[in-house]
Order: sequence, then structure tokens, then C-alpha cells
Amino acid sequence: MLKDQDRIFQNLYNDLGPDLISSQKRGDWINTKEITEKGRDWIINEIKDSQLRGRGGAGFPTGLKWSFAPKEIGSRPHYLVINGDESEPGTCKDRDILRFEPHKLIEGCLIASYAIQAHVCYIYIRGEYFIDGQKLQKAIDEAYEKKLLGKNAAGTGWDLDIYIHYGAGAYICGEETALLESIEGKKGQPRLKPPFPALIGLYGCPTIINNVETIAVVPTILRRGGKWFASLGREKNTGTKIFCISGNVNNPCNVEEEMNIPLKELIEVHAGGVIGGWDNLQAVIPGGSSMPLIPKDKCETLTMDFDSLMAEKSGLGTAGVVVINKDQDIIRCMARIARFYKHESCGQCTPCREGSGWMWRMLERMSRGEASKDEIEMLGDVTKQIEGHTICAFGEGSSWPVQGLLRHFKDEIKKRNKFDPIVKENKDIPYLVDQHLLDKNA
Amino acid sequence: MSLRRPAKNQPENFEFNSSSLEAAKSIVANYPEGKQQSAVMALLYIAQKQNDNWIPLAAMKYIAKFLDMPYIKVYEVATFYSMYNLSPVGKYFVQVCTTTPCMIRGANKLVEACKEKISENESELSNNKNCSWMEVECLGACVNAPMMQINDDYYEDLDKEKTLKILDKVLNGEKPVPGSYRGRVNNGPENNRKTLMDLKNA
Repeated sequence: MLKDQDRIFQNLYNDLGPDLISSQKRGDWINTKEITEKGRDWIINEIKDSQLRGRGGAGFPTGLKWSFAPKEIGSRPHYLVINGDESEPGTCKDRDILRFEPHKLIEGCLIASYAIQAHVCYIYIRGEYFIDGQKLQKAIDEAYEKKLLGKNAAGTGWDLDIYIHYGAGAYICGEETALLESIEGKKGQPRLKPPFPALIGLYGCPTIINNVETIAVVPTILRRGGKWFASLGREKNTGTKIFCISGNVNNPCNVEEEMNIPLKELIEVHAGGVIGGWDNLQAVIPGGSSMPLIPKDKCETLTMDFDSLMAEKSGLGTAGVVVINKDQDIIRCMARIARFYKHESCGQCTPCREGSGWMWRMLERMSRGEASKDEIEMLGDVTKQIEGHTICAFGEGSSWPVQGLLRHFKDEIKKRNKFDPIVKENKDIPYLVDQHLLDKNA
Repeated sequence: MSLRRPAKNQPENFEFNSSSLEAAKSIVANYPEGKQQSAVMALLYIAQKQNDNWIPLAAMKYIAKFLDMPYIKVYEVATFYSMYNLSPVGKYFVQVCTTTPCMIRGANKLVEACKEKISENESELSNNKNCSWMEVECLGACVNAPMMQINDDYYEDLDKEKTLKILDKVLNGEKPVPGSYRGRVNNGPENNRKTLMDLKNA
């Protein structure tokens, strides 16, 4: 288990209070000026050395992303945008940072803004987190009051203004370009890439977009050194991560742990075990709803990091672990996730808009045992038609969980869906029968 | 995608009152000059708050003029995002999360409770007209499942009985205490904490 002194979010459970004075006691804001005095290149290199990967789901190396920002400010200003549109089912880590560790985030914003030369930072928070956003606003006001933000923020000589922008219940706005559209006051429909936001982003200006957790760990990394962060976890999957363990466990919780922690330890030690015992485990969704599920037999040895989950044809995503035990109907669980994606598709690309509804309706029928055998293959085909044929990654996000179900629980679907319209026994269901086929077989 | 339609009965006029106007102006100032369109989402919230939790078409027209942008663009935004109510909802607006992490912990019981107490169907006013409910997608409090949101507040770690009690209060026009209903402290593991123990006991 990770040592307590290596945990970045000391106030994850709000033992100490989220206000500025308690945050300073925990080490926030103490030597921000000294950090920025070491220069932009040092900051970006240190983040590169730490091998920090974005915590929002895609796992893109943060230092590399920052280095894409233009080196000099040209005619257009630079922007930093923080993605707090946490809507992935199974994930609730950013909410705790917003309400309990707001100063880690604000200080991270200042350092990141300095590194990429932005004077304005927008923090995009999902509309449902209004109360938590207000807590962040309070922390921002506090920081302004103590001159940690605004002109010559925290004595660094850098001017920074932070504004909160609330979303309004659209999952798709967690996609970075949809988020930019949303800040610009439009529908949240993703843009085509390239051009990438690092060159043409918010209002057509160079923009760096990072997840809340990514930015909140930056000050601690710079204080303790990239080497320290890189010493945790394993190569290319370094550092600590907040895991959200929900579903059928005895003590669902958020916990900060080292990358590459065994899944079993996460569930058994921190979350108090599966309801009904480990043997009652059916499957685990390892990284928020868009990652394919993993059946029990693989959960025994699975370790939680980007690359080892990728090897299992799944992914770490946002590290929202949803545990499903044997009391649940796995097909219904996935049908509900498919309904989520059907509801949240932005409607821009046809394969996703239509396909997400198809997948939902087919899975609903499969959960009731009303589908024919052929449809199981057809469902797999539909997922392939969506995946890779859309502007943003929503297409993959909606089809991967269904593919995961087909990969690991095909037998279960087959067992339940024996319906075959052309066999004799089903003659009493005339509305689904092709009459000419029936005659041939009769 | 979800189908969202404006209400049939629409008021003729809408105008910001003085406090809304002030709030709107300070929000427009958050964005660069000439980019006032960015404020449209926040302004729709302000209109929704002022107008008993829903946005009439007149408000969209007013906001379009206020921000100097085409009406259709405001309409697009208001119909795209699911948190803008386009038809009247109760003064207490109950949203029950039923996405998978909540579902497997019994969110359907919460829905049952809403059906018993408030109304048989979603988005229908209760008998005393002050409350309505609907099923929504993930609200992002999965480790506190099952949960629901009433206006801005989260009510977490619920079961059917607790939900019935909360709804009784709401129907009586009282605001129940938000937060966990199993006495849980934030998102820590219940009775099983293994981390940051020094701080806990400090």
C-alpha cells in the first residue's frame, strides 16, 4: 500500500478543511515563486521526467502536451482550460478535488498557465456540481484576496485570471474540443482534429486543456521532483491516481493509490470486498463506463495502470472501477450503459447518433431473451461500424463496452437468446415469422 | 440524443430583474471583448432561476438580444443541454440517477418511491404542484450510490425508506438536509478506512 506521506491529496476525505490556511499547512502555495523562477523549460522538463499522463481518460503525456504550446506569444493570446466536466459513469474524483483540495488545483493552474504562457484560465465544471463549483469559487476569491491570483499572482510576476464556466448536463462536453465549443457558447459538438487545440483552440487561439486531477498534482510533483513521482508505479505508468470504487462492494470509496496496484487489493483492502465474497464477483469495469468490462478470472491478477489494462483490451480511462457481482444481470447492466450513450450522443455523426440507439435497443431485447441468434453477430457488426467512424472518441466509448460484453459474456447471451424464427416450435409467433421460410421447413 | 421540446403555453414577455441583470453583466465581463456569446449558458441559468426553474422562449429571445447573437443560436444551446428545463417543473425538482453504478445498488427503488409520492409519470407535477421528478443519467457521485439531486443539492447513500422520508419533507415545502443519508463522511470508505489515518485521528 502507498505510504501516507506519498499521497498527494492529503485532504481527500476533508479531515483538515479546504480553506487557504489549512491548505498552506499542507504545503500548498509555499514556494510557488521559487518554482516559477526556475523557468518554463525546467517546469515542462520536470513534468516530462515525472512521466505524468493525463488523468482524464486518454492518458496523454502532460509534459509533451504543454510543449506543443507556441514558445512565444504571437498575435493571439494563449489559454489554459481545465476540464472538470466529470460525467463518466463510475467516476467522481474531480468532485472531491473541487470541494476539498481547491487550492492544489488553483496553484496548479497558476504554474501551468505560466508554463504555457496563458493569462486567462477557464475551469469548466459540469452544471450538476454547482455546489462544488461554488466551493471552488470561494477558494478562488480567497486566492484573489491574498494576491495569489490576479496581477503579479503569488509574487511570480505573472498575471492570471481564473473563471469558472458551468456546463449544463452534456457528457460530450468532456471531449476537449466539444468543451471549447461549449465555452464559446455553442452546442457541445466536437471539432475535427487537426487543427489541434494547442494551436487553434478556444476562440481560435492556442489552448491547452487538462483534466482537474492532472493539474492538481502538478505543484506537488514540482516540489518533490519528477523523479519522486516517477519512482511510484512503473515505467510510463507512474505516480498516484485517485481510484473511485463503486458498485457491489461493501465500502464504496475514493482512494488515492499508486499506479499499477492490483485490482484485487483495491477491492479487498480499500473497498471492503465484493458483496457476497470474492467468489460472488462477476465482472469489473476498470475505467469508467466506456472501458470494456473484465470477467472475474482475469481480475485475480490484474494490475491497474494504462498499459496493463490495454493489454487486456480494456483501459484505465478515468479509473472509475465499477464492481458487478453475480446478483446482477450483466446484460441489463450493459444495456443501461448503452442507454446512457444513446442519451448523450451529440448527434453530429450518423454512425454514433443512430448506432448508439441500435445498440441500446438490441441489448434491451437481448436482456429479455427476445433476440435471435444472428443478432448477436449483428450487434458486434454494429459496434464495428461505429468505432473509428466518428469525429470524436465517443464512438469508441459507446461501442467498446458492448464489444467487451460480447467478448466475455457471449455464452450468457446465447443461452438466453435462443429465439430462432424459422424453426417449427415457434410457429405460434406469427408476427416475426417469414412465412415463406416457414413453409419450406414445415 | 434526447428529444426536447419547448412547452406549449409560453409567457408573452421576459425580462431580467435587477439582480439577474447585475449577475448577467458580471458574467459577460468574464469573457474577452466581442466573445460575449460565451455567456449564453450562464445567462440561461440565470433566466431559469428567475423563472421558477424553467426557460420560456421569450427568455431565449431576450438573451439573444442581450448578447447580440441570433435567436436560433440561443435556442440551439437551450435545446442541446439537458439541464435547461424547457417546460415548467416543480419548485422542488427531483432528479434520480439510474445509470449502471446507481442501478446495481438499487436506484429503481428510488424511482418507485418517486412514483408513489410525487407522480406516476416523469416530469409531471405532484398533486400539490410543488414537486416533479425525472430519471437522469450519471450525476457523478457513484461511490455514494444510489443518489438523487433536488435542485442544487445531492442526497446520497439512499434506500427506498430514506427517499420516502426526504420526499415527504419536500412535498411539505421543507428543504431536507443534503449529503449522505448513512452518516458517511464524504467519500471515504465507511468503517474501513486504511489511509491517512493520522489525519483522521488528529
